[in-house]
Amino acid sequence: MSDRREWPLYEVFVRGKRGLNHVHVGSLHAPDDDMAIRHARDVYTRRNEGVSIWVVRSADITASSPDEKDPLFAPSGDKVYRHPTFYDIPDNVPHM
Amino acid sequence: MPTTDTETGMAPDPTAERALLEQFDAIVERNDRVEPRDWMPEGYRKTLIRQVAQHAHSEIIGMQPEGNWISRAPSLRRKAILLAKVQDEAGHGLYLYSATETLGPSRQELTEMLLAGKQKYSSIFNYPTLSYADVGTIGWLVDGAAICNQVPLCRTSYGPYGRAMIRVCKEESFHQRQGYELLMTMMQGTDEQRAMVQESVNRFWWPALMMFGPPDDESPNTAQSMAWGIKRNTNDDLRQRFVDMSVPQAEALGVTLPDPELRWNEERGHHDFGQPDWDEFMQVVKGNGPCNAQRLAHRRRAHEDGAWVREAALAFADKSGGLDTPALVPREGYSTSETEEVR
Repeated sequence: MSDRREWPLYEVFVRGKRGLNHVHVGSLHAPDDDMAIRHARDVYTRRNEGVSIWVVRSADITASSPDEKDPLFAPSGDKVYRHPTFYDIPDNVPHM
Repeated sequence: MPTTDTETGMAPDPTAERALLEQFDAIVERNDRVEPRDWMPEGYRKTLIRQVAQHAHSEIIGMQPEGNWISRAPSLRRKAILLAKVQDEAGHGLYLYSATETLGPSRQELTEMLLAGKQKYSSIFNYPTLSYADVGTIGWLVDGAAICNQVPLCRTSYGPYGRAMIRVCKEESFHQRQGYELLMTMMQGTDEQRAMVQESVNRFWWPALMMFGPPDDESPNTAQSMAWGIKRNTNDDLRQRFVDMSVPQAEALGVTLPDPELRWNEERGHHDFGQPDWDEFMQVVKGNGPCNAQRLAHRRRAHEDGAWVREAALAFADKSGGLDTPALVPREGYSTSETEEVR
């Protein structure tokens, strides 16, 4: 085999049905964008799992660190007043 | 934001490494999932690469025994089912290769290690499929044993492996049911067909029990794998579960399981059963099973025969101007992976 380059990695996102977000389902290798869509159809939607597929080169994704101690997420950790349960409302107040 | 730690898997100094290890242990301890860019002990990474790659290879090699019967399926209905099933196995292999790649090795390296015999696949696929009944028996017993193994692996500590297993398990139920239904249909047929089913069950029962691996006292890696949350049950526990599940299924089917020691143990609340021939198991693992050479030769041939397709796809992508990114530079060794960082 003369050409031994690896096909680039793609991340695959599938919209399960109308009204839902595209959700990451996995990854695959493909030589180009069109083939990535075709491979994604065969690998991830053999049983009506979706109505729409997105593929994106993994190398094009910018990621935060998944570490939950990451300082990136620290600012939201101590702001309990952003949640509705922070506020005490008397039981006799309806529809709230 | 990769640090030197995630790239090399090595901490710059012992204190930092201890802190990373404590953080890793805490994740495993609270049954949380380890994700690709987390620091992990080298032993954990190596064990996972070995296990998930072997799992991926098993799905790919596992296409062969049943693929053998696609062109000779007795009806269009059975042919369509078998094609769908074998296509699923390919899909399962691809989910699992993707999961393995998040640990470092590239797809090409994994393929080469399989073809060179440096990584193994499940020994069950080194047994031949001699009759059409084997398609049913593999669905019932082999996929049944695989389900026993795989359901607990959905909760494995490594995120990408667990997610792959969830997808696999969803589809595996179809595999087992189509096999059992096939056998039920044959059992309602002629005496000759019933004899075919029994003969097939006789051949596959013991190899199916071997799929859970050696007995616990001869499985040195089990304790560490369970401490890491990679495995959730011991080999013997899963084997017992499989036997207990299979006995009533065999009765409903009207076949005998070929084990004279098999009987219900009231006290234990489980079936007692005999041990497979572990010498035979070791022989097959070492490469001396009935079909080891044939399976690898077939896989090598398929890989070589497909070379022109891969080259043509690359040539087309080159022409369309899509290939000038770093992702396509040939990679050497694991730790230089570009893609690892974004996974």
